[in-house]
Amino acid sequence: MSSLSAKIKDAFDEPACDKNRGKDAKARKEGCSKSLTPGAAAGGCAFDGAKIVLQPITDVAHLVHAPLACEGNSWDNRGAVSSGPTLWRTSFTTDLTELDLVMGQGERKLFKAIREIKHTYAPPAIFVYSTCVTALIGDDIEAVCKRATEKFGLAVVPINAPGLAGSKNLGNKLAAEALLDHVIGTVEPDDPGPYDINILGEFNLSGEFWLVKPLLDRLGIRVRACIPGDARYRDIASAHRARAAMMVCSTALISLARKMEERWDIPFFEGSFYGISDTSQALRNLVRLLVRKGADPEILERTETLIAQQEAIAWKKLESYRQRLQGKRVLLNTGGVKSWSVVHALMEIGIEIVGTSVKKSTVQDKERIKQVLKHDKHMFESMAARELYAMLSEHRADIMLSGGRTQFIALKAKTPWLDINQERQHPYAGYDGMVELVRQIDLAIHNPIWSQVRQPAPWDCQPDLIGELPCTRNETAYLFDEFACATAHEC
Amino acid sequence: MARILLQSKSAAVNPLKSSQPLGAAFAFLGVDGAMPLFHGSQGCTSFALVLFVRHFKEAIPLQTTAMDEVATILGAADHLEEAILNLKNRTKPKLIGVCTTALVETRGEDCAGDIANIKLKHRQELAGTEVVLANTPDFDGAIEEGWARAVTAMIEGITRSGERARHPKKIAILPGCNLTVADVEHMRDMVESFGLKPVILPDISGSLDGTVPDRWVATTYGGTSVEDIRELGTAMQCIAIGEHMRRPAKALLGLTGVPYVLFQSLTGLQDTDRFVSLLSSISGAAAPARVRRRRAQLQDAMLDGHFHFGGKKIAIAAEPDQLFQLATFFAGLGSEIAAAVTTTDRSKILEKVPAVSVQIGDLGDLESLAVGADLLVTHSHGRQASERLRIPLMRIGFPVFDRLGSQHKLAILYQGTRDLIFEVANIFQANQHAPTPEALDPLRNREISHERCSPPLAGQ
Repeated sequence: MSSLSAKIKDAFDEPACDKNRGKDAKARKEGCSKSLTPGAAAGGCAFDGAKIVLQPITDVAHLVHAPLACEGNSWDNRGAVSSGPTLWRTSFTTDLTELDLVMGQGERKLFKAIREIKHTYAPPAIFVYSTCVTALIGDDIEAVCKRATEKFGLAVVPINAPGLAGSKNLGNKLAAEALLDHVIGTVEPDDPGPYDINILGEFNLSGEFWLVKPLLDRLGIRVRACIPGDARYRDIASAHRARAAMMVCSTALISLARKMEERWDIPFFEGSFYGISDTSQALRNLVRLLVRKGADPEILERTETLIAQQEAIAWKKLESYRQRLQGKRVLLNTGGVKSWSVVHALMEIGIEIVGTSVKKSTVQDKERIKQVLKHDKHMFESMAARELYAMLSEHRADIMLSGGRTQFIALKAKTPWLDINQERQHPYAGYDGMVELVRQIDLAIHNPIWSQVRQPAPWDCQPDLIGELPCTRNETAYLFDEFACATAHEC
Repeated sequence: MARILLQSKSAAVNPLKSSQPLGAAFAFLGVDGAMPLFHGSQGCTSFALVLFVRHFKEAIPLQTTAMDEVATILGAADHLEEAILNLKNRTKPKLIGVCTTALVETRGEDCAGDIANIKLKHRQELAGTEVVLANTPDFDGAIEEGWARAVTAMIEGITRSGERARHPKKIAILPGCNLTVADVEHMRDMVESFGLKPVILPDISGSLDGTVPDRWVATTYGGTSVEDIRELGTAMQCIAIGEHMRRPAKALLGLTGVPYVLFQSLTGLQDTDRFVSLLSSISGAAAPARVRRRRAQLQDAMLDGHFHFGGKKIAIAAEPDQLFQLATFFAGLGSEIAAAVTTTDRSKILEKVPAVSVQIGDLGDLESLAVGADLLVTHSHGRQASERLRIPLMRIGFPVFDRLGSQHKLAILYQGTRDLIFEVANIFQANQHAPTPEALDPLRNREISHERCSPPLAGQ
């Protein structure tokens, strides 16, 4: 456990994080995850966080060393997409039983499980995840992985992030540490080039990175490694030879970006592919870094040309939604960069933002949101379910954009809702992605069900039935005049 | 008698099981005003919660004691206490159902003792809220066992003990976890049509049936009332459905003397006939006309449907009682159970499954055993095997996260069996291959004719 606590301490000391730097030494020691209140906590554990970051690596076998729940209740549950291998969607767990625990057979079972996977699936690597129970009984997964690596001649990587260590966010960081310790830099690519980049924290949800990659291809930029979305083990193992990096999901992998810069001199910037101007800015920053690292400066101009073309197309497409969406009120209830990234484009076509959560936003994010929204009161850290329900059922927003956790608050309040987190069905990245997001907002708000489901039940409103009975002279009834009136008289 | 084959692999591949505490929480969710509480780290709760939400498409009340490193080393009784008090203050539940997890059970904590202390210490604060404990470590059992343990815990913890004056029309019904919302609703209608008054525990048809309440409620809304659980002893008769419900039925018998009848399955003509006869004899009423009509409809469905079932090879992976329910259904229509996979060897029902053998295992086992089958029957996680083997998948059980409305699918009694026959026959018809000259050629190489399927990804 000592090495784990050292890792955790290290993860909580992040020079590249503004929030972290703003704390005094004591506060920093407590880490960035707030301590949880029993009976009032939400969110995943460190193991969950580690698995989220690593599982989209598509050709790796992910083996969870645990009793059933950790893997059995959670496998194949995310929207990341692979363009090739499917092994990452196959679930492996040691499924420890009471007997295994009592007899202390955990390590042996783990070793055998690694052997079975190696023989049956022959993956380039196996990632082994420790969990609460196997940490508690003291299984030394690092030793087992080391021995298995030697014996079987493939990379067996220990991921030491048991759930009890802390939050999902901490798990993200511990996963990054595992990549730094055991994977990145272990393979030398035979084809390094001046236009090689890494994208960090892009998960390729609903395949949305494929909305961006063609733009990079057009500019002649090669993605050495996208971590973790649609990644292959070898790509990540040779990621240290990239010339520049973009970090997409800031809270998750900032330490990875910073340490790769320190170790291999790969400069990085924090950016986003959500929203039109953000996508453009990301492309500009990427090529600037590449030029700084020795790429031909002519790429700068080509990039501007591409941006101008793409922006024009996107704005033109968005303009067609202005009439339908002008004045609509959006509540953005999601953490992180996604909030401010899309705000700009939404407002550009006349949508009003009536509130946004800044739970995972950095100080800079908050400043930007403040400038855009004008009202501080529209920013909230988090909102209790009851409050949120009240706000929505009083129709103080026309739609809520959020993650699955608050989905049913909106739906039960009979309010349109759109998923913009990990379970979402549509790709929202890049220029086309922003257009898709606006299209989905339009579809959601204008679906004809809303007026229907908000109608009171017939027994609650006692409508003027006489007015609707067929014997009154509306057009349909007129045709059946005689018959209808006869029936009505009988009643 | 089916041979039970134990698991010999070290790596479970594509788990069939969901965890035992999830099963317990599921049962607590069938009680009105309930709040299930996992005693473990926050991830245990988060995973179960997400799975419930994906299945039911509903906000699900489920909380955690949020054990951290310190609690894991020094003991988590204070976390449990804090969680119970917080829940009481914030959500005012009528029932807090504590489900232990592998973490707290591996530590070997005396949770029953802890809860007794908490109740004693906070007697006044906790007035009006029952706190019940189900010991459900993840390293043992699965949903069925967790569900049965929670129901047993509720009976032992809440039901008033001792022989009581019996209400001649009152029937206590303990449905297994394989019954859907629609099953429970339909069963209630059937029982009521005999003039009887059913009390169903747990009653997920009241709480997980997907309605739109007119205010925000943090606990369950609907389900068995705590008062009804308390008064179970006044029932004339108890009916348990599924072998895993024997334990709670026995607990009720021991506590109150209410006798029980156990139905291992309510799917199929014969089992429904037994059920109807029982209701008739308890109530003294003849079967109502609409029940008779349903029986005739089922007979007709069997006559129309059996053409599609005869000789078909079915591969089923499900928890023991559901495996039995479905395997007997398919076998009863002339199909062959080519593969039967289940989660645990503890259940006595397994040897009655109409298959040569029952493998204790996972969906990796199903995938290798199902080569050449005509239909896969399991929950949504069977989708990968179905794609690779190119065999249609009928989704049953928990979780079903990639289809809507699984809770409203009826599969019991005359009407449910009728619907099930149609559903399966339609899957077969939709996947029928038109005859080709090659396939029918009498001179073809008959040896390889059954190897059209690609080999499965899963090993041995």
